[in-house]
Amino acid sequence: MSEPTHSKIPVTVLTGYLGAGKTTLLNRILSENHGKKYAVIVNEFGEIGIDNDLIIGADEEVFEMNNGCVCCTVRGDLVRILDGLMKRKGKFDAIIVETTGLADPAPVAQTFFVDEDVQANARLDAVVTVADAKWLADRLKDAPEAKNQIAFADVIVLNKIDLVSKAELAEVEARIRAINPYAKLHRTERCAVALSDVLERGAFDLDRILEIEPEFLHADDGHDHDHAHHGHDHDHSHGGLKHYHDEDMQSLSLRSDVPLDPTVFMPWLQDLVAKEGQKILRSKGILSFRDDDDRYVFQGVHMMLEGDHQRKWKDDEKRESRLVFIGRDLPEDLIRGGFARCIPQ
Amino acid sequence: MTMSFESQDTASIVSVTDHVVPIAIGAPVMAVHFLGETPVFIGNEETATVVQPDATANKVDLHAGAMLCTVSDGKRVITGGDDGKVVALNAKGETTTIGRDAKHRWIDSVAVHPDGAIAWSAGKTAHVLSAKGEMKTFDAPSTVGGLAFAPKGLRLAIAHYNGVTLWFPNMAAAPERLEWQGSHLGVTFSPDNKFLVTTMHETALHGWRLADHRHMRMTGYPSRVRSMAWNAGGKHLATSGADTVIIWPFASKDGPMGKEPAMLAPLKARVSAVACHPRQDILAAGYTDGTVLMVRMHDGAEILVRRNGGAQVASLAWSASGRLLAFAAHDGEAGLLTV
Repeated sequence: MSEPTHSKIPVTVLTGYLGAGKTTLLNRILSENHGKKYAVIVNEFGEIGIDNDLIIGADEEVFEMNNGCVCCTVRGDLVRILDGLMKRKGKFDAIIVETTGLADPAPVAQTFFVDEDVQANARLDAVVTVADAKWLADRLKDAPEAKNQIAFADVIVLNKIDLVSKAELAEVEARIRAINPYAKLHRTERCAVALSDVLERGAFDLDRILEIEPEFLHADDGHDHDHAHHGHDHDHSHGGLKHYHDEDMQSLSLRSDVPLDPTVFMPWLQDLVAKEGQKILRSKGILSFRDDDDRYVFQGVHMMLEGDHQRKWKDDEKRESRLVFIGRDLPEDLIRGGFARCIPQ
Repeated sequence: MTMSFESQDTASIVSVTDHVVPIAIGAPVMAVHFLGETPVFIGNEETATVVQPDATANKVDLHAGAMLCTVSDGKRVITGGDDGKVVALNAKGETTTIGRDAKHRWIDSVAVHPDGAIAWSAGKTAHVLSAKGEMKTFDAPSTVGGLAFAPKGLRLAIAHYNGVTLWFPNMAAAPERLEWQGSHLGVTFSPDNKFLVTTMHETALHGWRLADHRHMRMTGYPSRVRSMAWNAGGKHLATSGADTVIIWPFASKDGPMGKEPAMLAPLKARVSAVACHPRQDILAAGYTDGTVLMVRMHDGAEILVRRNGGAQVASLAWSASGRLLAFAAHDGEAGLLTV
């Protein structure tokens, strides 16, 4: 990509199950005095109480790319709308895409991976999921869409915490962490979260994979049980942290202190996402390769991967490779076995 | 000035860059049309610029926001905007609002029929306003990517996901469906009414022979095709999207099936716009690096109209007589050449 990343318009994807509070958050973003102008792509007109000529109705039309990859779906309407919005470049600072409550975030994210014109003008900033503290646990049981939205999130706004007890809150947080231990989690009432916590996150910026997700550094080998609360007041008396294992959505982290063999690793990773990509919602990694002083970073959505040499390892930095997969029915043994073969003996 | 081409292998290309009258539109431009011999530059937002023979430029307000689509039959320029309006502009600089989306949805595509009928779409809905002022509406199965009228009869091609619908607005018969998986955007009939070609979201064209719906896949482009133009005889389709002008042959009954396209005017930039001369065997090609060339189609001989180094060429157009060539780059730098 020739266009420098910073000149591209950041796009925040706002998801959340029906009634979780997406519109509340959107109205806050649009009404707060932050000096920025947002173009907003929404699915239902009229819910937003703000007069803004840059609110665009969308139809959430997902279509399959003709490249033989069944999960390679993109949002055709988004391609069209972003193209039209670029005619008004300079009239807004950022774009927010609100999905319907039943939407899978993957096609939105994939649109930014596969569409040349979208890539030239815009960059995916983060997937922000608003979750209802009272009802999320139930929805995780009966609504696969709700689970996808949690699994996909970079930022989770756990809303309506005033409607639940501390024990219920701990319970729902544990449910979230069983699916996605890596997202930033903010507890809110009426979506009262600092806008800097949901906008301009750079979650898909390869250079910021580490910076923005310190949890990623602390991930244990295996399931992550680090329930960091990100600087919020931490009440240690809420009954302890429960550890759940979600029945079908998991995260898997891998680590190696021994530099990997890139001639084994790269084909393995590409083959893995090609064959198992339907199950892998998100993947990320920071890698140390043998005989290579550069740190390599990658991220992926289903079968789509992007990666690059990022920078030199610093002298005081531990040259360690870390990978994370979040997905449905992840083939854990296959992934662990394959990764082990990338570590030179 | 007379046109004289040098053959392609000549070391120094013939240049007419000194004869181009530069025009600064002062704002980003998406398209240029001719109303007779008068060039009209369509901005990205709000206004069109009508350039008079003495090179004075008049701004005409068309829309309250971005202009998303435009078409011209040489008598009127039709534009669709993100303000939900369809506006017509004539050579006198007069505007008429001819359509308005009830929900203020974006007007995504427009088309004009030789008899004066106009079509436009917003979301999945396509409208046809006949020359007599009758309005007909059709709901496509998914968002409309592009519209085109057939050269004969009042028949509208509506491109959408997974194919094209052929609709006779004045007939009760069920619309005909041409199927092909993927997202179809631009659409054009061959002037002899035998073939239909779409530009796809992928870097490919798809075509159908209308008599039997036989498929034609035209692939191999490095980027999406955004500009297509039929030559004067209607037997060749010139396209953007590659680092040469790709020209598909449609002279035989099988169209381009089993044939290689001609590849003319290679540069180290991609072709971003093409326009065929209305009478002669010549096309104009604009490139992503700002270059504009005139190319003789049968042998590829080139004349340089604009040097590289500017913004991507957004659009090119020939006047009805073929005496004038206008071009515009995305940044609003434009030019007019008398041939």
